[in-house]
Amino acid sequence: MISARMGELPKAPTGISGLDEVTGGGLPRGRPTLVCGPAGCGKTLLAMEFLVRGITEFDEPGVFVAFEESAADLVANVASLGFDLARYEADGQLIVDHISVAGGELEETGDWDLDGLLLRLGAAIDTVGAKRVVLDTIETLFGAFSNTAVLRAELRRLFGWLKDRGVTAVITGERGDGSLTRYGIEEYVSDCVIVLDHRVTEQTSTRRLRILKYRGSLHGTNEYPFLIGESGVSVLPVTSHGLRHDVSSERVSTGVDRLDAMLGDGGVYKGSTVLVTGTAGTGKSTLAAQFCDATCRRGERALYFAFEESQAEIIRNMSSVGIHLKPWVDAGLLQFHCFRPSLLGLEAHLFAMQKSVGEFDPSVVVKDPVSDLLRVGSDADVSAMLTRQVDFLKTRGVTALFTSLNSAVQPTMADQHIASLVDTWILVKTMEGNGEHNRVVYVLKSRGMAHSNQIREFLLTGQGIELADVYVGPQGVLTGSARQAQEAQELSDGTARLEDLAQRRVNLERRREGVEAQTAALWREFEDEADSVRRLLSHDSTGVDDRAGQRAEQGRLRRADVAEPAYAAHGRDSDVGGS
Amino acid sequence: MTAIDGAHAVSPIADEEVWHLCLYIAGQSPKSLRAFANLTTLCEEHLAGRYEIEIIDLVEHPSLAQSDDIVAIPTLVRRLPAPLRKIIGDLSNTERALVGLRLQPGSSR
Repeated sequence: MISARMGELPKAPTGISGLDEVTGGGLPRGRPTLVCGPAGCGKTLLAMEFLVRGITEFDEPGVFVAFEESAADLVANVASLGFDLARYEADGQLIVDHISVAGGELEETGDWDLDGLLLRLGAAIDTVGAKRVVLDTIETLFGAFSNTAVLRAELRRLFGWLKDRGVTAVITGERGDGSLTRYGIEEYVSDCVIVLDHRVTEQTSTRRLRILKYRGSLHGTNEYPFLIGESGVSVLPVTSHGLRHDVSSERVSTGVDRLDAMLGDGGVYKGSTVLVTGTAGTGKSTLAAQFCDATCRRGERALYFAFEESQAEIIRNMSSVGIHLKPWVDAGLLQFHCFRPSLLGLEAHLFAMQKSVGEFDPSVVVKDPVSDLLRVGSDADVSAMLTRQVDFLKTRGVTALFTSLNSAVQPTMADQHIASLVDTWILVKTMEGNGEHNRVVYVLKSRGMAHSNQIREFLLTGQGIELADVYVGPQGVLTGSARQAQEAQELSDGTARLEDLAQRRVNLERRREGVEAQTAALWREFEDEADSVRRLLSHDSTGVDDRAGQRAEQGRLRRADVAEPAYAAHGRDSDVGGS
Repeated sequence: MTAIDGAHAVSPIADEEVWHLCLYIAGQSPKSLRAFANLTTLCEEHLAGRYEIEIIDLVEHPSLAQSDDIVAIPTLVRRLPAPLRKIIGDLSNTERALVGLRLQPGSSR
């Protein structure tokens, strides 16, 4: 494991999750490292895991010298982490040597040295060919020897000897007042010092790890929370995930069609993180439940972390709005993890989340609500934890929906922290007016999407969530009954217009009928007149003939010449009017 | 491992118990040699005729350090009479050695 790069210290990877990232590859190879901290901070476990991982992952046998616990106790204690020390011992890869110096101070009768320990340790190292050694906790020796001057000199010699043997050693030490260790052994072990801490804030304990010093190597300088979980120590460095996850342009439906439409192109990106914030009772959980429902409908798995309600309560409450989650639970597509956030510390919570995501392998994770986590830690801690969580989920391509409860309409600082982490931020709030509260929803931000800037009314119906358009009028945005009134008003306005049009059409028709009647009357009048004229004309022509006849008779009687009656012939031929 | 039997002289302590002492050393180091010499003198003076000394060289048998939880060299272990007592150092401070072994005049055990 000697690095090819010039000036880079050779390192021995610990195999402890996260620690190798923080130390830039592990502990200094062939040198002693001091791990110190108060009682119960996990020094022994960290040291033991260093040995066990060395055996199982790097084929480096180890020797564990226990000054405090008996070998049998140690074996039993770490068995719960799945470390089968007896097997490694039987395989000749591990020696657990218990040295009891608890019998009180030894009478010193003259010169002495620690050759006994060195010889014993040397023999153990040779027996298994150990590359790693743990001395836990060597300071116990200070209780046995009164001549500390000699002891210090001897410890210095011991650490020098360990270096000469080329073993990578972990020395544990209890924290003292005002110094790293009770007897100041950090003076002798100066290559690498790791400080563990175990703090209780707001009744919640958090273990933290810090690389105080790492001679000749770059290292993370922060305090990193760490956990002792079911599989050993996990250091959780924020930076360990980095921002290197693959992205998908695939969309995931939120389960609300119109919300998908508001986000443009059918929902949020797969593997993105959605934050739904809102005041109490705005329907955040319902939105989350509908999201899960939609996921299960697609045949994918959803994991629901609930911090306020039990599984039974959620299932009952959601069926009242037509979201039936029970079948999905039965089908194994939906899993609930319901607990109060104060049950676990933030890190333990993160760890539990990662574990269940790892086991269930969901495509969607819901946390309802993340604001409850604020009760467990400070804003900064919670946002750091959420950062790691978001990074973890993104790395796995899991789409996450977090809800967050606002006490005010304005987003809280915590929301602001979270907001910079999430890709899509949906705000649900209530609008007061006309003596009622109505829910509205809008998309505050959505990275990489042409999302709608409009406010929609958010309705909880018997078929889940529906979104409705809101009316924007002189009084502002209208929702609820005001919106309904506006709808009714518009409807009646429309009706009136339609009626008016119909009336006009009828009037026009009547007018046409009137005009036609008048026309007909005029025609009749004309006909009558024409008839009378015709009658008159025909009567006149008869009279002419008569008079012509009389004149001819008179002329015959008077023996006068008969004149041709031209006008009479003309009169007979002309047509006077239609029949 | 060597056993030396002392067989003469009179002990100021008036009991007839046989003392079983065990000296852990590391090879032929000056401290080890000194310790052995001092122990022999001390036993001859105080336990003449009723002591046994067992020398354990950890250079040769490092695994034997385990049974008595030996860390420092030289270490003298009083196996008998019970209870077990341990003192360390080259025994050059006789007074302390006697206190450690509960052999000082006037003290029983």
